[in-house]
Amino acid sequence: MARLFEYQGKEILSRMKIPIPKGQVARTPEEAEEAARSIGKPVIIKAQAWVTGRASLGGIRKADSADEARKAAEAILGMEMKGFTVNEVLVEEQIDIDQEFYAGVIIDDVARRPVVIVSSMGGTGIEEIAQSHPDKVATQKVKITRGLPAHDARNLWRKVGISGKLQMKLGNALVGLYNMCRKYEARSGEINPLVVTNDGQVMAADCRLTVDDYAVFRHPDLGIEIARELDRPATPLEKIAYQVEAVDYRGTFYFIQMAQGFREGEGYIGFHGAGGGGSMMSMDALLKRGYKIANFTDTSGNPPSSKVYRAARIILSQEGLDGYFASGSGVASQEQFHSARGFVKAFREVGLSIPAVIRLGGNFEEEAIEILGKCASGLPSKLEAYGRDDSPDFCAERLQLLIEEQKKAGLRSFTPRKRNPARKPYRFETVTGSIEIDHACCVQCKDKPCVAACTREILKIEDSAPVLAQEVAVVKKGRCTECLACEIACEFEGNGGLWIDLPIPELKE
Amino acid sequence: MSILIDKEKRVLIQGITGREGMTRAKLMMDYGSQVVAGCTPGKKGEVVHGVTVYDTVQEAVEATGRIDVSVIFVPAPLIKGAALEAIEAGVKLLVIVPDRVPIYDVLEIAEAAEQNGAQFVGPNTLGVISPGKAVVGMIGGRARTANEWFKPGPVGVMSRSGGITSAISYYLTQEGLGQTTAIHVGGDAVVGLPLHEVVKHFQADDETRMVVMFGEIGTAQEEKVADLIEQGKFTKPLVAFVGGKAAKSGTRFSHAGAIVEGNRGSHEGKVKRLREVGAHVVDAFGDIPKVARRVLEEAGKQSGDA
Ligand code: SF4
Ligand code: SF4
Repeated sequence: MARLFEYQGKEILSRMKIPIPKGQVARTPEEAEEAARSIGKPVIIKAQAWVTGRASLGGIRKADSADEARKAAEAILGMEMKGFTVNEVLVEEQIDIDQEFYAGVIIDDVARRPVVIVSSMGGTGIEEIAQSHPDKVATQKVKITRGLPAHDARNLWRKVGISGKLQMKLGNALVGLYNMCRKYEARSGEINPLVVTNDGQVMAADCRLTVDDYAVFRHPDLGIEIARELDRPATPLEKIAYQVEAVDYRGTFYFIQMAQGFREGEGYIGFHGAGGGGSMMSMDALLKRGYKIANFTDTSGNPPSSKVYRAARIILSQEGLDGYFASGSGVASQEQFHSARGFVKAFREVGLSIPAVIRLGGNFEEEAIEILGKCASGLPSKLEAYGRDDSPDFCAERLQLLIEEQKKAGLRSFTPRKRNPARKPYRFETVTGSIEIDHACCVQCKDKPCVAACTREILKIEDSAPVLAQEVAVVKKGRCTECLACEIACEFEGNGGLWIDLPIPELKE
Repeated sequence: MSILIDKEKRVLIQGITGREGMTRAKLMMDYGSQVVAGCTPGKKGEVVHGVTVYDTVQEAVEATGRIDVSVIFVPAPLIKGAALEAIEAGVKLLVIVPDRVPIYDVLEIAEAAEQNGAQFVGPNTLGVISPGKAVVGMIGGRARTANEWFKPGPVGVMSRSGGITSAISYYLTQEGLGQTTAIHVGGDAVVGLPLHEVVKHFQADDETRMVVMFGEIGTAQEEKVADLIEQGKFTKPLVAFVGGKAAKSGTRFSHAGAIVEGNRGSHEGKVKRLREVGAHVVDAFGDIPKVARRVLEEAGKQSGDA
């Protein structure tokens, strides 16, 4: 889920009229010094990281002067916290806290409603409070079309023993929090602690907000770079992958790295699943054999071949892999040859140098396995393809055997598929790339299989070379589904004159 | 019998003129589902595979007399509008296929469904199939494969993973065990008909003699099924597999919607709870068909003895 930093959450809280301490975010010690000076009071410097227990990790420090603020920021910036590098600190005025409370909103999957939670004890985790002092916690499920009226909010605080003016102020803060979560479609939102200062003001001293990934598109103002559930900032490769997904809405492509900085021989496998359930079983099969998962990837929901190709390229760009394992549910409703073509293109372009096992069971699996079989013999490493009657365990075992075998036998010789400059180029664009045909090759091509391979009837022959049979704009808008059939036909049965260019911005070659 | 869908149910397809809607309309009709109308705003009068398209659901209902099920294929941001339209037009069962539907939209749909006595499968579902009768959604891909993978029989199949719904059914079929109905409840955290609701339908269906369940980490669905067994509200044999042992805490596996939140929703927690109440939880997915056969035979003997 897309998590926001404390300072981002607080910014929104203040827009919803919930008071927050005066503060500023800083990315360098100098900025922190400047921020402290402009606040003009003793400050507190807080690491911006999605981890709990920042104080005990040394990520929260007090500073009485601008100079001290700079030093504190110097110590915190760049700190490693539970695998999270701190890049920003929040410089905030110190507040005199009289009392601490808790307010939260979370979606209850059983009730299918948001639940608001309050407690007269704040500061520590709400689970612990609920365990040790259940009487000090009150909750209410919210009817989504009704929302949370102020009197509901006040009644909740009443249940934990709060009355009078304070009840009213805390009630308003709770309504503000709920409305914020509703407006920004938060899976969860928490103010912990919600404090009362010595001068009687209610203020949000912290804020954790997690926005629903699927709703991020409706909130461009949040500036969320990558709407994915991660417990750390995205890696450069994850950002590259996310961009692929962001510009192409056909099917789903999900990529996260589970490990980095590993080396060959350590047993890390590039994992490529299709569908959550089958993916998990397939990863279990690898783990059972003592392998480790370098990345989790899922291409499902009927993605075009071009997306599977890009996914494979991204997975293979990780260094130090010992094998490639693609395995989904085994009995997929989607046409499996789409994935097969994506794999073939990727493997031939990079010259697959780690053993790969591809389990592509489902609709049209025979065709899919045949396509992979055609390409297997020409690769430096071995590639095997299986269907619905072969279990993930069996396929994992095959991969293990291939890895052992390669250790002994080494790589086979291979000339990677290279793109030669076209002598008579003919180009047109597709949804996410372009197709270039070298008509100089086509003249000598006997059967011109590219034309028949395209079931979308995009190509026709003119002067013994293929040209567009459809309007340029129509092809670009999606008539060409980037199914890669023409390129594979051309390579294996034609004269090698066709190249589909599917760029992956910023991926190193 | 079967649950939720059969030959008699009159089906509407919302978004029938789109890429998926068009393809899957063919699957459904080839398989035997009674698709009586399509709906795409602004496309009234078009005909897709012989099915007439209407501008609104209300219009489709009026023109065809009765709609029992609406299968929705519109893009995720438009799902809420389409679903509310169908519910308010009186459709009692929706099948919401697309994924990435914002969660607050699902909450609104859930509330409207509750108020109108409607149910919905999904979002992010592959669909529902009653072998030999009808299919809604995209499960099976095309009629030929659907006929090969799914066969009529005594087992109810429910799963939180789409592909696995087909996989289980296919492997059961190989073992000679057919299915009453196979349903993919949807991969998201909040779904219309979670496992613990589906199981009630299977309980009420005479022909379903046992249920096979594929659970996953995250949410409380499997625990809720266990509660029903404990309370005596679900009494048929249950064979279950819970996926996601490999999942790292806090990491969600794609649209599998699997979030580990403390112990609730964890792999161990679910397995333990299901075993406590007497469900047959298998450790290896591949064991499902064998165990299902054994369990069914034992149940047969018991009822024979009685
Ligand atoms: S198959 Fe290749 S070489 Fe032959 S006509 Fe087509 S593009 Fe040209
Ligand atoms: S031109 Fe035709 S065959 Fe080639 S990628 Fe596009 S749709 Fe596929």
